[in-house]
Parts: sequence; C-alpha cells; structure tokens
Amino acid sequence: MGQAAPVVLRLEGVTKRFGPLTANDAISFELRRGEVVALLGENGAGKTTLMSILFGHYLADAGRVEVEGRPLPPGDTRAALAAGLAMVHQHFTLADSMSVLENIALGTQPLWAPRLDRGRALARIREMSADFGLEVDPAARIADLSVGERQRVEILKALYREARVLILDEPTAVLTPQESEALFATLRRLVARGLAIIFISHKLGEVMAVSDRVLVLRAGRLVGERATADTDRHALAELMVGAEIPRPDIGPAQPGPMLVEMKGVTAGGLGPVDLALRGGEITGIAGVSGNGQAALAEVLSGTLAPQAGTLAIEGRAAGAWSPRAALAAGIARVPEDRHGVGVIGDMSVTENLVAEAYRAPAFSRRGWMKRPATRDFARRVIRDYEVKCPGPEAPARLLSGGNMQKLILGRALDGEPRIILASQPTRGLDVGAVAYVHARLLEARARGAAVLLISEDLDEIMALSDRIHVISRGRLSPPSARGELSIREIGARMAGLGFDHAA
Amino acid sequence: MRLEPRIASPAQTILYPVAAFAATFAFAALLVLLAGVSPLGVFRLVFLGAAGSQFALLETLTRATPLIFTGLAVTVAFRAKLWNIGAEAQLYIGAVVTVVLGTGAVAAPSWALVPLIALAAMLAGGLLLLGPALLKTRFGVDEVVTTLLLNFIVLLFVSLLLEGPLKDPMGLGWPQSQRVVAEAQWPRLVQGKRLHMGFAVAILAALAVWLMLARSVLGYEMRAVGHNAAAARFAGIPVNRVLALTALISGGLAALGGVAEVSGLKGNLTLDLSPGFGYTGIVVAMLALLHPLGVVASAIFVAGIFVGADAMSRAVGVPSYIAEVMTATALLTMGTAIVFTRYRIRWR
Repeated sequence: MGQAAPVVLRLEGVTKRFGPLTANDAISFELRRGEVVALLGENGAGKTTLMSILFGHYLADAGRVEVEGRPLPPGDTRAALAAGLAMVHQHFTLADSMSVLENIALGTQPLWAPRLDRGRALARIREMSADFGLEVDPAARIADLSVGERQRVEILKALYREARVLILDEPTAVLTPQESEALFATLRRLVARGLAIIFISHKLGEVMAVSDRVLVLRAGRLVGERATADTDRHALAELMVGAEIPRPDIGPAQPGPMLVEMKGVTAGGLGPVDLALRGGEITGIAGVSGNGQAALAEVLSGTLAPQAGTLAIEGRAAGAWSPRAALAAGIARVPEDRHGVGVIGDMSVTENLVAEAYRAPAFSRRGWMKRPATRDFARRVIRDYEVKCPGPEAPARLLSGGNMQKLILGRALDGEPRIILASQPTRGLDVGAVAYVHARLLEARARGAAVLLISEDLDEIMALSDRIHVISRGRLSPPSARGELSIREIGARMAGLGFDHAA
Repeated sequence: MRLEPRIASPAQTILYPVAAFAATFAFAALLVLLAGVSPLGVFRLVFLGAAGSQFALLETLTRATPLIFTGLAVTVAFRAKLWNIGAEAQLYIGAVVTVVLGTGAVAAPSWALVPLIALAAMLAGGLLLLGPALLKTRFGVDEVVTTLLLNFIVLLFVSLLLEGPLKDPMGLGWPQSQRVVAEAQWPRLVQGKRLHMGFAVAILAALAVWLMLARSVLGYEMRAVGHNAAAARFAGIPVNRVLALTALISGGLAALGGVAEVSGLKGNLTLDLSPGFGYTGIVVAMLALLHPLGVVASAIFVAGIFVGADAMSRAVGVPSYIAEVMTATALLTMGTAIVFTRYRIRWR
C-alpha cells in the first residue's frame, strides 16, 4: 500500500452536463493498487453518473480516463471491461434460472465454443471462494440464493474475469449488519492481493470501517479527499452535506386510540402478521429489502387484499378492499416506487395532485372536471408543500425526486388523514428533502395520526419510530419501544434470529 | 450511437415533423424517378387530383370520412393503451347492423331510424371490442392478437351473411345486401355530389372525443390509465372499468364509420366496403400523434394522397401504390421525428 503502489485508474477533469445540470464537474482522482477508496456523497451528488462514464454508458463532455496508464476509449463498455474494470450494481445482473457456475462463466468463453469447460471453471471458482471467503455453492440456481449470496456471485464474476478495479455500488443496502461485516472482511482480503476497490456509499460508518481513502462528492463536484485515518465521521458528514443538518426534535409520543389492527393477515409472501397502529405514534418496520415489506405496504394501500386474517380500521372491519376503500377509510399512502406508482409522469402536476380525489364534488361535476378548481387546489398544495416545479401544468416527470415526493406528500397529507403509510419515503432523496419528509411525518404524529414507516434505512427507523417491528421472511417481530434495542440487536432480528419461522 | 433524453425546444417540435414530411416526399420522389417520370410533375398531378377542383376536393373529404372515424377509434383506444387493431371488424359490424335494420326490417321515419341505426351499430361495434378488452383485463390475453384476428373472423362472417341471410335476391347472385331504404339514408352535404352527412358527423365526433379526453372525468381516467396503469390503480382509478368503457367508445366510433359508408355513400353492404379503413385508421391516428383534432387533418391528408394518386396514375404510368408507400413512409419518418424531439442523438 502507500504512495509507492502504482496507479491503476486515473480520472482527469471528467465533466458531464445534462442540460442546465452539471452532474460531474471536472472530477480528477487516482486509484492505486491495493487500496479501498470510498466514494461518499448524497444521492444525486453524481456518484452514479461518474461510474456510468467509466463504463461507457454516458459520454463525458470533457476529461479523460486512464487505466494502468493507457487511455480508456470513451463510450465503450467492452473496452472498460477488457481493461479490468468490474462493477457490482445495487440491482444484480444475474440470470435467475441459471446456476452460479453458468452465471460466472457467462460471456467469458467464445460463442462458438462447443460447451462450457465445467471442470476448469469449477476449480477456479472453488479456489476463489476459499481464498476470499466468498462461500457459495457453484451448482445452486441463482433463484434459490439469498441476496447476500447473490452479491458474492457478482463479486466472483468480477474476479473470474480478472478484474483489477472492483466498483461496488452501495453494496450494503441489501445486507444485514452481520453480512456487511463479512463483506468488509472479503474486501480486505481482495486488496491484500492487489485489487483496487471503489466503494460507493452514503453511510459514514461503513466508509470509516472499510476504506483507506475517502473522496467526497457534493452536487457534482469533488469537495474533499481525506485519508480515512486522518478524519472522522463528523468531518465527513459536514463535507458531504455542506452544512450541519439539524436532527429533528422528537418529543415523547402521545399514544391515541387504536386506528389500524391487523390480525393473522397473510397476503403475497406476507404473514401471518399481527400489527397494531395507534394514533400519535410512528411505527417503524425495519428489515432487509424483499422480506415482505412490499406486500405489507400493498395491503395497507388497498392494492392487495388480505388472503386471510382480519383488517380493522378504527375498530371497523374493512370490507371489500381496494385503493378506493383504503382512501375512503382515511389512509394516506406514500408508495415505495415514486416514479412507477406514485406519479403519472406524463400528466401534469395538477392532474397528479387530484388523482386520488378527482371524483369529489370539489373537483368534478356530472362527469366533467372542474379545471379552475383543480388548478387552484394544485397552486395551494404546491405552495404549502414547497413543490418546486415550473407550474401546475408542467408534466410531473420534470420534477426532481424530492419534489416528486413532496407532490405525493401533498396529495396524501393535505386532508389531514388519520392513518399514514410511508413506504421507503426518503429513498434516493437529498438531505434537504429527507429532512422535509421527516418533519411532515412528525407533524402528522403530533396531530394524532398513526404513521407506519417502512424503511430499509435502519438509522431512519431508529430515529423516527416510537415502536419498531423487524420484518423477516414475511413475519413481524414483536414491537420494541424507542431505544429498547441496540442497532446490533435489531440487526440480529433482521437476519431472522429470534423469529419462530416454523410457526 | 446513443440516445439521451431531452426536452425539445418549440422550434424543434415543429421542425422535426416538417422534416419528416419532407423526407417522405423525397423518398417518394426517388421511387418516381426510378420509374422514369419527373417527381415534380407527379406530385403536381397528385395534388391536383386531391384538391385541384371542387370535385377532387369533395372526393378527398368523402374518402377521409371513414378514416376520421377509424382514426378516432384508434386514438381513443391507444390513449388508454388498449391496442385496438380491430377497427376494420368494428366498422364492418356497424355496416351489418345498418343493413339488418335499414333495409326494411324497421319501418320508421328518417328522424327516428337514422339515430336508431347509428346507436345500435355503435353498441354492436363497442361490444365487439369489449370482448378482447375483458379478455385482457381478466386473463391477460393480448388484445393485439385478439382484435387483429377478429378482423378476419368478422370479414368471413360478413361473407357468410352476404351469401346467405342478407343476400340481395335481386342482386344477380352477387354477394351483396339489399339497399337501405330511403328513410335510413344519410343526406348529401352537397347536392349532386358524393360528400354526405357522415363527414359532418365525423367532425362533430372529433370535437366530442377531444372534449371528452381533455375535459371529462372519463377522459382523465383514460389518459391516466394509458400513461401509467400502475399509478392509476394505486390512486384508486378503476382501471378495468375504464378499459371496458374505452372499448365501448372506440368500437362504437369505428362502427359509426361503417354506418356512414353504407347509409351515406354505398347504399348497401359488399365485401369490399372497406379497402382497409380500419388499418389505415391506425396510420391516421399515429400521424395525428393521437390528437382527436389532428385526426381530422391527418385523415384528409392520407385520403388526399390516395385520391390524388389514383388520378395521377390514370394520367402517367406510375402505379397508385405510391400512395401506400407514401403513407407508410410518413408513418416511419413521423415516428423517427418523435424520437428526435424526445432524445438527443449522440454520435461518438
């Protein structure tokens, strides 16, 4: 390690503009053999764009990239792979119906080769697994593997291709704390063998734990470069955010009446679960992605009817269950997938804002929309919820993620609903927007609403929730009160410990 | 080469479609040159044949009438992303209902019979599309396949009717129906010319569809379902019900085109009532970028090309197939123009 190690990757003045937005502004850095460099930045800081340029998905407007001293031709994905760059994406790129072995060997042999040389491939994979602590059965089908195992396959795939620079994009987002520890151990073994690693993250703790050097991106610019040993979380946070973000001040909960009660509810991979939501409380659901959160959110949204069990809203059993029934029962919904489910991108901000209420007499009469009324409503919500947009008639797709979420919040919360479902409400948002969403949820709690917060961000859950359930394989843990469990204890539950899955 | 999303400037949104039409004419000119004729002369003849005289112009509008109906039918359906490829079948069903009710089975004065036939035909056309729509919403059956194949089934069904129960006994054995009675006929718009009330009804239908899409609750729901069905469902819009209503309206519009052709123009039903109006309606709707008022313009444009090309081919030795080539080319270039307005092309 140290300064003597040769440079494997060099970026010089890489700049990328999208219209008025500069996603990457003259970014230069070097990556040396045997080091882990963390690329730290808020969502939208330009990390993903930079990596896309590296891999030729985007063309930089200016700047150059060199791998081991040779210039990398821009816009050529194959050249990037051939030069020894490899990336493990947040969303894995594996063929589900094929085996681990086939996935790893896929594309490494000539098309006209009669068949895979299984013996050789198998031996190499076994050797790499053992060397780097990447335990996985080469014969298993990808579909049968856990998320952590799939990530190991992705890393093996990169190593099999003799990658010299490994880029990991938010690798811990889908892992339990324990799995993350195992990943970090693997990364240390890899750099010891001479690999160079770029570790993309916005989580300070793991950046401190795993990296040798930290590059901080903010609003497209490289705002700082620190040796990890010479810095601390606080300094990095300030670099990343630019200013101190005040933590929301959370008073004690004022528990109100029971507003939602689920008993033995099962639906699409969920349950049976019991869940009770009280007014004046935020109930948090922590868990690794894909453990039934989506189904739980869908049940409360009305898009999925329970197959078994009972759902009672304010003491009354829910009848025929649909999105309209959920809305009529006073449930406000913030969906997980903003772009795909939350808004209709090609329709105007106004039309999106009235999407849940257009049948109300305020917005339509005898089959015709009241356009002035809808526009006035939109203007008011845009003002009240600080939605930055060109105007009420602008298509919703022009809005940034944060403003899109404000639009959805405005639509959901404007009528002061009694029950609020917020599913991954801050995923992909910048700090300012995150703070805004949190403030609005706390405001609803203060006025006595029951809030169900589903999030994969454990810090968010711990900070906001009055009660926390952990979800694992479709089952809910018993609730724990604010501060009752440590982050490690919750992590253990996220891994399925303490659950009676057989029941 | 790669595509990057962008927001086009107003100049670009006008320039690219204009360029698309220029490219269409340039390509047609190339083919005409290959046939050994002067392109400018040919285009002049096409234009004169389509709009060079009162007779030519009225003929173009007459030809545009069924295209406006099928174009609107496609527009309504496509806006809700219900891929109705079966306007041809719905048009024929409208024509069948017209001759079933209009050849003497129902005796009524004109003011009652004309609307009665129109409504019955629209219902039949709507129901014909409702089937594929329900198969789509209930069982996920691809409506492109079902509506397309229904075209052939309905055409064979019409053939069966014309050889059997609907065959005109005085028709010298030709597979054709009796003529509709005078009370069922639609009046001519210009005395002694072929242009009939159908054109006026088509314009009114275009206005009505425009109003419905832009201002009504149903139109709002249809657009929401078409742009993002998942988000529409999440917001509580009854997606399946909206698709069913879309099917009824779309099928009804195409069927009305069939009524207009029989009651306004031909007088009876034959197997060559439509030279593919249902399919050309898709081209018309796409050229209009699914805007109901644009459908009127694009239907007149497409009809003009066809009518003009017929006249031109009689005068010089260029086959009238050039009309098909031009509409097909226009569709492709217009599609390309839309891509250019939405994306920036980067050559590396």
